[in-house]
Amino acid sequence: MDLSNRETWGLIHGLLLGSFFLLAFAGGLAELYGLRSRWETDEGLAGSVRRLTVGFWAMAVAAWLTVITGTWIVYPWYREKLAGADGAGCVDAQLPIPGKCSPKDFLVSNVSGDTESWHEFGMEWKEHIAWLAPMFATTAAFIVAYYGVKLAKQGRIRRLTITLFVLAFGVAAVAGILGALITKVAPVK
Amino acid sequence: MSTTQTPIDIDTGPAQIDGPPAASLIAAGIGAVTLGLFITLAEASTGTKDFLQWNDRVGPLSGKTILAVIAYFGSFLILGLVWRGKTFALRSILIAAGALVLLGLLFTFPPIFQAFASG
Repeated sequence: MDLSNRETWGLIHGLLLGSFFLLAFAGGLAELYGLRSRWETDEGLAGSVRRLTVGFWAMAVAAWLTVITGTWIVYPWYREKLAGADGAGCVDAQLPIPGKCSPKDFLVSNVSGDTESWHEFGMEWKEHIAWLAPMFATTAAFIVAYYGVKLAKQGRIRRLTITLFVLAFGVAAVAGILGALITKVAPVK
Repeated sequence: MSTTQTPIDIDTGPAQIDGPPAASLIAAGIGAVTLGLFITLAEASTGTKDFLQWNDRVGPLSGKTILAVIAYFGSFLILGLVWRGKTFALRSILIAAGALVLLGLLFTFPPIFQAFASG
């Protein structure tokens, strides 16, 4: 049982950083939803705001690291042009072949069924939309840090922050699900 | 016997937002729309696609994302400084940021930006 360098980076990108962002979402949402002066004591509110501030910034950092490692480390291995213009390197392949047929080569060659859409739709959407998650998450973290305890009395701003946070999760989820599915069809090895 | 339902939320005063958080919202919209714009331009023009290839291994995605990040943090910083100490009607900021984010989301969706493909 061992992992190649590429598989390890794929795990760091998707399973550690990306999953941390997605899994932390529920906790952040519950804490922000419950941040109301009518529901908590002043001491409770101060604790909630501390947890929210740390948690939201941690999630924003995780989102940035996810897209940076994805784009600059894993994605180049995905898109290598190895198979040649005629796709000869992928002939008879059932999966991408390291050094001969990259995941993108494999998907667009259609040698193992109708796989081109995984790249043309799936990867094209994932590689772009993912970059919106850290921007939305950073903005949500900034608003939480800026207003602090005042958020408990400002329902409109709190709801706006929740909307932005849900949006960050939504785009990250699209990217994460597509990434997992594409990795299943054409893993980076 | 009647019961009174307690409202979940109470908002007092006009719906306003301070300058720096307003700047952060508009910046998110500007970042999103910048990304969408360069994705679509790269699809429509091979010249733009080549220009955006700032790194050969990453391809045009390198230029698109770096420019979007610069647009996000740049507009965040500039608007944040200019709008410091000011307040804005929340509705206006929401409409502007919402429109920009919506445009950004639309133009990162493959069937839409691929409709502009050259050749």
